[in-house]
Amino acid sequence: MQVDEKTVRRIARLARIKITDEEASSLESELSQILNWVEQLEEVDTANVEPMTRVVAQKLKKREDKVTDGEIADDIVKNAPMVDDHYFVVPKVVE
Amino acid sequence: MSDLTRLTLAEARDGLKKKSFSATELTEAHIAAIEAANPAINAYVLTTPEHALAQAKASDARLAKGEARPLEGLPLGNKDLFCTVGIRTTACSKILDDFKPTYESTVGANLWNAGAVMLGKLNNDEFAMGSSNETSAFGPVISPWRRTGKTDKLVPGGSSGGSSAAVAAGICLAATATDTGGSIRQPAALTGTVGIKPTYGRCSRWGIVAFASSLDQAGPIAKTVRDAAIMLGTMAGVDPKDTTSVNAPVPDYEAALAQGIKGLRVGVPKEYRVEGMSKEIDALWTRGIEWLKAAGATIHEISLPHTKYALPAYYIVAPAEASSNLARYDGVRYGLRVPGKDVIDTYENTRAAGFGKEVRRRILIGTYVLSAGYYDAYYLKAQKIRTLIKRDFDDAWSKVDVVLTPTTPSPAFAFGEKSGDPLAMYLEDIFTVTVNMAGLPGISVPAGLSSEGTPLGLQLIGKPFDEATLFRAAQAIEEAAGRFTVPERWWATDAGAPAVAKKKSGGK
Repeated sequence: MQVDEKTVRRIARLARIKITDEEASSLESELSQILNWVEQLEEVDTANVEPMTRVVAQKLKKREDKVTDGEIADDIVKNAPMVDDHYFVVPKVVE
Repeated sequence: MSDLTRLTLAEARDGLKKKSFSATELTEAHIAAIEAANPAINAYVLTTPEHALAQAKASDARLAKGEARPLEGLPLGNKDLFCTVGIRTTACSKILDDFKPTYESTVGANLWNAGAVMLGKLNNDEFAMGSSNETSAFGPVISPWRRTGKTDKLVPGGSSGGSSAAVAAGICLAATATDTGGSIRQPAALTGTVGIKPTYGRCSRWGIVAFASSLDQAGPIAKTVRDAAIMLGTMAGVDPKDTTSVNAPVPDYEAALAQGIKGLRVGVPKEYRVEGMSKEIDALWTRGIEWLKAAGATIHEISLPHTKYALPAYYIVAPAEASSNLARYDGVRYGLRVPGKDVIDTYENTRAAGFGKEVRRRILIGTYVLSAGYYDAYYLKAQKIRTLIKRDFDDAWSKVDVVLTPTTPSPAFAFGEKSGDPLAMYLEDIFTVTVNMAGLPGISVPAGLSSEGTPLGLQLIGKPFDEATLFRAAQAIEEAAGRFTVPERWWATDAGAPAVAKKKSGGK
């Protein structure tokens, strides 16, 4: 699979990572190289194979639906770069 | 008093019980050793000597009262992927900046509740993505090992390179580590230490910075098989905060060591005899087979036909899960923030500045394979390959109890030798990654030295939740091969500069 520069830029946008022009062109070849290499998986017939969805055969655990945590707003905002009271502060989203 | 930093975890534990020395003395010896070694080795990204001495003092009080817990007073290093209450945790990424968790990882809490002492936080590849420790935001770890007669700086392996180097250098008795594709076993192999990645679900992942959630597992790196058994016995266990942790009793791994391996069926997979494998790795593998035979095991050739697909499938699954896990680093809730003209620009600036090159590369690969139209071709395909890899092992378990392979395709390399080529670096995990893909336990045990005088490891792979058998078999190899310790603590004499007049350190 050959990845072009336009695709690299689209992916970087989806991943919310700003890339420079120089990075875009080196990523183009790096990503293509890795994707070409994983293409060997096509040799394997997986038509009747279930995907692995859990590593250990155990039933999905459920816990009782009750509050076990909370009242820790101070802790939650403690490491935030910008805080106002118990709110995270972000640049204006709506005008 | 002999050098306390040369003791194994088990020896130190027994010495404390006999009151040959105190937990404070043991901790002080390690703090002094860190001060001498860390400027050259860079294994610790943060040292917490005051915290350690306070814990040691409390341990001495318990020891005096005869109330010692299993790891009472034993100083350990903690990989910087494990969250520590009030103590900076960064996953060795700039994006976490000065993050100070308000909670402790479950595995860490298990260790401290058993009396262990934390010396500090250990270096690793950024977000555990790497095999050489070169991707850490704090700079690489330098292996305490050197090639015979040479001073080139060698890699300690990765991602748990701080853990492997610190244990090998004697600047902690044992260390926590994590393994997503080989990050415990490969660094252990390159540094002459023992590392076990337990079965997926054996240890809680809660409070450990996530890389690839279906592959990540915590485990120890230690000086001996016995030490690793002691560590895992405390680290393991079910945790209501991690629904993938498994509620199965944790056996007494240390006690299991006494059982020996008479009658153990050992499988040797022909697919691991890969093209370009070095002669000395091949010879090491053969010696391992002979040692296990001599200890009473029987050897059986087996086939694991999908082995070659494990690594490419891993490089779909791991980046895909990483791109999802690392979406949380947005510059809003914690860590670094680089302002932009609007909220999206802030995200993009923050993530461009905060993530290193390899992490960005993997997030982009992961984003690509999960993007609209590609999910089935990549992620789903890779998950189907995982089923086939696991099936290979399930078939093998009808014939054998453990599988023996080399841990790495080659001994430790020097810095820069592989960093220019992502694929060459990815091949470091060729023998270890299948184990994560199948969720199995795997241990690396030192088995010899390369022609360059650097350590080589053998890997044993076991059935799910049969870590006890792995420890028994690993001990048989350890007994036959002997232990491999750093021949010279060079940092004590030349502080990292090329050795002029090499002075042999005093010995015991």
